[in-house]
Amino acid sequence: MQTDQHVIPHAEAANQFIKNEERTDWHDQTLWFVRQKRDKIAHTIPEWEDLRELGSQIKNHTLSRLDHYLAQFEANAKANGVQVHWAANAQEHNEIVLGLIRKHSPTGIAKMVKSKSMLTEECHMNEYLISQGVDVVDTDLGERIVQFRQEPPSHIVMPAIHLKKADVSDTFHEHLGTEKGNNDPQYLTEAARQHLREKFVAAPIAITGVNFAVAETGGFVVCTNEGNADLGVNLADVHIACMGIEKIIPQQKHLGVFLRLLARSATGQPVTTYSSHFRKPRRKGQEMHIVLVDNGRSTQLGRPDFRNSLKCIRCAACFNTCPVYRRSGGHSYHNAVAGPIGSILAPNLDMRKNADLPFASTLCGSCSNVCPVKIDIHDQLWKWRQVLMAEGLAPASKKVSMQAMATVFSHPAVYRLGGKVGRWTVKNLPFLVNNKLNPWYTQREMPEAPPESFQEWYAKNRKK
Amino acid sequence: MRVGLFVPCYIDQFYPQVAIATLELLEKLGCEVVVPRNQTCCGQPMANSGFASMTGGCDRNFAKNFAGFDYIVSPSGSCVLHVKEHNHLLNGQIYELCEFLTDVLHVSSLNARFPHKVGLHQSCHGHRGLRLASMSERNEKPFSKVEQLLNMVSNLEVAIPNRPDECCGFGGTFCVTEEAVSVKMGKDRIREQLDNNVEYIIGGDVSCLMHLEGILRRQASPVKVKHIAEILNAD
Repeated sequence: MQTDQHVIPHAEAANQFIKNEERTDWHDQTLWFVRQKRDKIAHTIPEWEDLRELGSQIKNHTLSRLDHYLAQFEANAKANGVQVHWAANAQEHNEIVLGLIRKHSPTGIAKMVKSKSMLTEECHMNEYLISQGVDVVDTDLGERIVQFRQEPPSHIVMPAIHLKKADVSDTFHEHLGTEKGNNDPQYLTEAARQHLREKFVAAPIAITGVNFAVAETGGFVVCTNEGNADLGVNLADVHIACMGIEKIIPQQKHLGVFLRLLARSATGQPVTTYSSHFRKPRRKGQEMHIVLVDNGRSTQLGRPDFRNSLKCIRCAACFNTCPVYRRSGGHSYHNAVAGPIGSILAPNLDMRKNADLPFASTLCGSCSNVCPVKIDIHDQLWKWRQVLMAEGLAPASKKVSMQAMATVFSHPAVYRLGGKVGRWTVKNLPFLVNNKLNPWYTQREMPEAPPESFQEWYAKNRKK
Repeated sequence: MRVGLFVPCYIDQFYPQVAIATLELLEKLGCEVVVPRNQTCCGQPMANSGFASMTGGCDRNFAKNFAGFDYIVSPSGSCVLHVKEHNHLLNGQIYELCEFLTDVLHVSSLNARFPHKVGLHQSCHGHRGLRLASMSERNEKPFSKVEQLLNMVSNLEVAIPNRPDECCGFGGTFCVTEEAVSVKMGKDRIREQLDNNVEYIIGGDVSCLMHLEGILRRQASPVKVKHIAEILNAD
């Protein structure tokens, strides 16, 4: 999907975020705590690194025969009595979902409940359905909080991680009439629980995401910690499960690998509280639908350098470990999936809009190390930079300065002269570098210029 | 053993003392060290900015200057990693200083003394890229080539920060294009080091140290930065 909407570049959004330094510290520490929980539990599994390798290989294999496994999944799901739909892009996905909702609620406000699905965020489904007269209720607590605030999730596992208890209290006071200033988490959670119960009971349609879809059985698994997916689909007459085509795994037994990896990597839990397995409609009259969405995935599959980003199981471990994400917040990535993995997925969707994201990284490599399916995230960030610059998406000034650098460094005599001039300038005309135009100098001193370069010293002291 | 010393451009221009310490240290350990005069830059600043297409001149110049050595050694994990991964013209073995000392020279003792408390900063490219030490994310047996060497220095006290291998935020051109995040990351690394009451922050990459030094000096902090070569060569 191409969009030309104006987005705030990551660096600018991050700069805004960091202006509240105390809050930035809190955000950093909160997510670092999750990273530490992940380390602690991962380090208690002696075969952890083998498990990552196994997860990676299963996913690599699946991607290499994705067409085969998708067809197998579809056939088995249909045999189970599930209706299967295919969507080439976000718009088709949204229209399919709306069509199913309207079939059951032809007129008026249609009620439905939804458990967490990053795919529906990627497709901007909520906005679309709401514009078509559907009362969309997110039932994951964090999702409901950000929905009230009309914000996108800032994290794919913990959607409201950018908010403090007091923010939630204010939001609930406004939307649920809770006591102003009461920040007690139990009180607030109870208020949300009562509110959501009403919605669950009233909704004839429930939408869920899919964590893993098993080709050999046609079944799928949804992982939640709140049980909201189960509550929704078990009360509703219609269950619509939306999934990206990369969620396929070949066999039931492979779940043993991925369920072990997912929760440990995501939150440091041994397993998600609810790992709900769905295979066929529960009773006569209940409908079960699966919407399989491409939305750029087959394009990504066709890019050899970026193909294996489709191995992602959306655990967000790379978010929690990323020193840039922790200090810039999810919204600075202006994409449904933020963080390092979002930065390698987003350019596939829209290069121009997301050309800044692969540069929102120091290439420290921590993301690739925590990834439970061993995606080489930091290498792909580097490779996306090359693609984006080759596409001409660099500011003209950047290209000129890079060309100048390349010329200087290709010519040793020019380099030596340049170095001399540079050091002389820092020493004698410091105002030329120590000024507002130099972003280095805003919060840092320039290095002091030594009287001679190493090469000059070497020529004097060592050359015979 | 004939060693070509690769002095990264910013070390040559702004931190000559690091190159001098590296040269002296390698000579003390019995290497015949040659410094090719026409070396410039490894090309990393352009490549990491998305312009690897422009590094042909740099790559050729580097390969020409460093042809024919038994080993190429450099006091920079970051530049070495770049050359290793991206300079396909180079025909030779390139090592970061610490890994050269532990893996090739098998150094088991050093005549060095540095009676101070220092905080170790691991550069990501040396640490994760070149695997100079075990990484906090991985479930693996702890090891550290850098600490192995520092343990040979008399009277040295090494403090490891609470987050042992978090990035300092330098990140090449990231340090100016993402100035706010870069500086915040640097300030946070410094705070953890200061919590340990260190007199120096030391590391294997001058780029990280230059960034941290810039912040320390702006804060008018008495804490100084030093490259590991300067510690291993101190007496």
